[in-house]
Amino acid sequence: MKPQDLLRPRPEGLYCPPGDFFIDPVRAVDRALITHGHADHARAGHRAVLATKETLDIMRLRYGNDFAETRQAAAYGERIGMGGVTVSFHPAGHVLGSAQIAVEAGGLRIVASGDYKRHVDATCAPFEPVRCDVFITEATFGLPVFVHPAPEIETARLIASLAQFPERAHIVGAYSLGKAQRVISLLRAGGHDAPILIHGALARISRYYQGQGIKLGRLEPATVEEGTATRAAGQVVVAPPSVLGDRWTRRFADPLSVFASGWMRIRQRAKQRGVELPLILSDHADWNELTATIRETGAGEVWVTHGREEALVRWCEINGIAARPLNLVGYEDEAE
Amino acid sequence: MRRFAELLDRLVLTPARNGKLRLLADYFKAVPDPDRGYALAALTGGLDFPSVKPAMLRALVSERMDEVLFAYSYDYVGDLAETISLVWPAPDVAEQDAPPLGTVVETLNRVSRSDAPTVMADLLDRLDPSARFALIKLATGGLRIGVSARLAKQALAAMGGKDIGEIEELWHGLDVPYEPLFAWLEGRAGKPESAARALFRPVMLAHPVGEGDLEKLDPTNYVAEWKWDGIRVQAVSEGGVKRLYSRTGDEISDAFPDLMDAIGEDIALDGELLVGDPREKTGSFSDLQQRLNRKSVSKRMLADYPVFMRCYDLLQRGDEDVRPRPFTERRALLHEVLPALDPRRFDLSPLVEFTDWAELEDRRSNPPHPVIEGVMLKRRDAAYLPGRPKGPWFKWKRDPFTVDAVLMYAQRGHGKRSSYYSDYTFGVWAGAEDDPQLVPVGKAYFGFTDEELKLIDKYVRDNTVERFGPVRSVRAEPGHGLVLEVAFEGLNRSTRHKSGVAMRFPRIARLRWDKPAAEADRIEALTALLAE
Repeated sequence: MKPQDLLRPRPEGLYCPPGDFFIDPVRAVDRALITHGHADHARAGHRAVLATKETLDIMRLRYGNDFAETRQAAAYGERIGMGGVTVSFHPAGHVLGSAQIAVEAGGLRIVASGDYKRHVDATCAPFEPVRCDVFITEATFGLPVFVHPAPEIETARLIASLAQFPERAHIVGAYSLGKAQRVISLLRAGGHDAPILIHGALARISRYYQGQGIKLGRLEPATVEEGTATRAAGQVVVAPPSVLGDRWTRRFADPLSVFASGWMRIRQRAKQRGVELPLILSDHADWNELTATIRETGAGEVWVTHGREEALVRWCEINGIAARPLNLVGYEDEAE
Repeated sequence: MRRFAELLDRLVLTPARNGKLRLLADYFKAVPDPDRGYALAALTGGLDFPSVKPAMLRALVSERMDEVLFAYSYDYVGDLAETISLVWPAPDVAEQDAPPLGTVVETLNRVSRSDAPTVMADLLDRLDPSARFALIKLATGGLRIGVSARLAKQALAAMGGKDIGEIEELWHGLDVPYEPLFAWLEGRAGKPESAARALFRPVMLAHPVGEGDLEKLDPTNYVAEWKWDGIRVQAVSEGGVKRLYSRTGDEISDAFPDLMDAIGEDIALDGELLVGDPREKTGSFSDLQQRLNRKSVSKRMLADYPVFMRCYDLLQRGDEDVRPRPFTERRALLHEVLPALDPRRFDLSPLVEFTDWAELEDRRSNPPHPVIEGVMLKRRDAAYLPGRPKGPWFKWKRDPFTVDAVLMYAQRGHGKRSSYYSDYTFGVWAGAEDDPQLVPVGKAYFGFTDEELKLIDKYVRDNTVERFGPVRSVRAEPGHGLVLEVAFEGLNRSTRHKSGVAMRFPRIARLRWDKPAAEADRIEALTALLAE
């Protein structure tokens, strides 16, 4: 069997003809396998969904109980037959419940990584490399300029700033599923015990994380009617990145905008968004992690999707690995 | 080096001018000599390391990484120094091993061209990405971090409670790393006595005439003179030292030996630098451009594009600083001194006669020479004051030309606009009336607000036809397209452009969301201007 007979891009997403299913389809389909709960990968309206239990839970939290007609949970490592192929889910280290999906038939194994990272993250299971013939990798940070520093160094800068600017509320823009909980978890690990205020958009997901045994400490709602001139001074407020510089922040004391994102590695990105304290903190693999992971999978062929495909394809060429961009549409991670 | 890198990082992320001033003043207060003096020199363009060139840094990187991967990275980041600082494969280094700024500057000052690559590579290896960025900016000159030399001087003035004019006047008599200057600003020593001669005098600037300004002014209090389209310069000669300055106080003497030779003794003149022979011909701005931004000039260049100075004002005559005198007196003195100078190199900018604003408006709209870009209004009794005082001087520029063009291509900007499509190529219709084709006529990347930039950026992304690297071609047909009202100062014939015309100083005047693309202008509207 040729790889493109096992998985191929279609407008709806990555399609497996012998198994008749899609991986992370961007439109409603009959059968969908979902790598993780971020909205651009996990959409509502498919008839049947196969995903990890956590991902199914997160989809239910976001879309309601009837987000799909039938739902099946896959445990990490469990081998599941789908028509003529076997699929299995393996930890991707991206967010809680995130998985790579291995698809096998006729002695050929393709791993679709979804989004992944290799840095330590206390809020989800660590990435497990899976040997395969074809590795489908994301490339959100697929340029040599993206090297994420150790996460605790970045949150230590936030903790230092709280002491340096005790009169200002520190508004941390962080993606509401995964990044927000990871920032909070890192702050706790760094010794920051004070209550953390969270935007309403983070409340249910954060409660779910806590229910799964992830320690986030004391969280309080940030969304109140009236602000005062000293509200949240010297405190951390975590909110979706879209509120940074928005009117929402006016309820807090002299807001200082902090953005936790891999994009903050680029000075002008921080400048454009009016970020005063950039934290380089990402749930995606950086350049070194991407290239190391490609080697570890032992894949002879790499398909590159969403992000800076061309640079990673070039790296594969230099290193004697066949590679091509997949040109899947619909995954763009500006808010990462 | 750490402190300096931190200062640059914070300056980049601090949008407010006052915030920048505070960061700078705090830095100058906190950091000891000589580091702060070197930082000041870096911010004001006072450092030059001829042994370090961007090309050399690129070569160093290409020894360390694949060139294609570097090219992708550079295209994405948009800034060479930042790209190199991010991709440089450095071992993790202890912060305390990083050399201080003073040591870095002294090392770079001494280094020979042949040793420079090794020395730079060694420094880069010892710094973290942020300090690598600072080092490269420092070594290659041109920090471009949104801090002008004037802002740095303003911070010094704030730090010492002095007037910026005092600092500008002293400036060219001072040497890096400015220890006597800091001692004076900190009140530990007196004002530095300058032994240097032919110093710069801070230039007097004009406000544009605003809506309703003229009605409040009495025309009899003002004289008018033509505003020439060259570059404003100051020529100073003192005790045998002759210098030519730009309006920001940068010395540009070396590029204009023809003019320098002709400056008389002990005099300071304010005027416009132009190309040609004042007795016969005043060349256009594009002629003058042949002479700008050159470090040396060939004989051929001197013969083909001679420069001269059209004088507006006199600042110094012999021992007398005439700046406190009224304009009319200075003008009379200028009349007296000019005949002694070479008439091929110096002449007097003529006054424009008028009795009321309507008459002046008429003359402004119909200038007698194409190299005139408007009129200047100067109060008869005004002294020559540094800076841009409100009231004594006004500039009243000719209205710009405008054309309605259609957006054709958009390119991602560099620097702070690196994720926006902010450089626009636009075209006008040509060919048959019933089958018109767009021909590109120019490119503009400013004139719009940040809000408008976001809207155009979105339009570009939503209407992309094709992508070529950082450039997108945008849907532009008679039935669908974005019309841009483009303002420009003039039009030159061009063999390099398919349309045959090149615009001067084009900028986006207005977004015409309301106007159908088919109703944008045709090329004949532009070629008609050329014929004039």
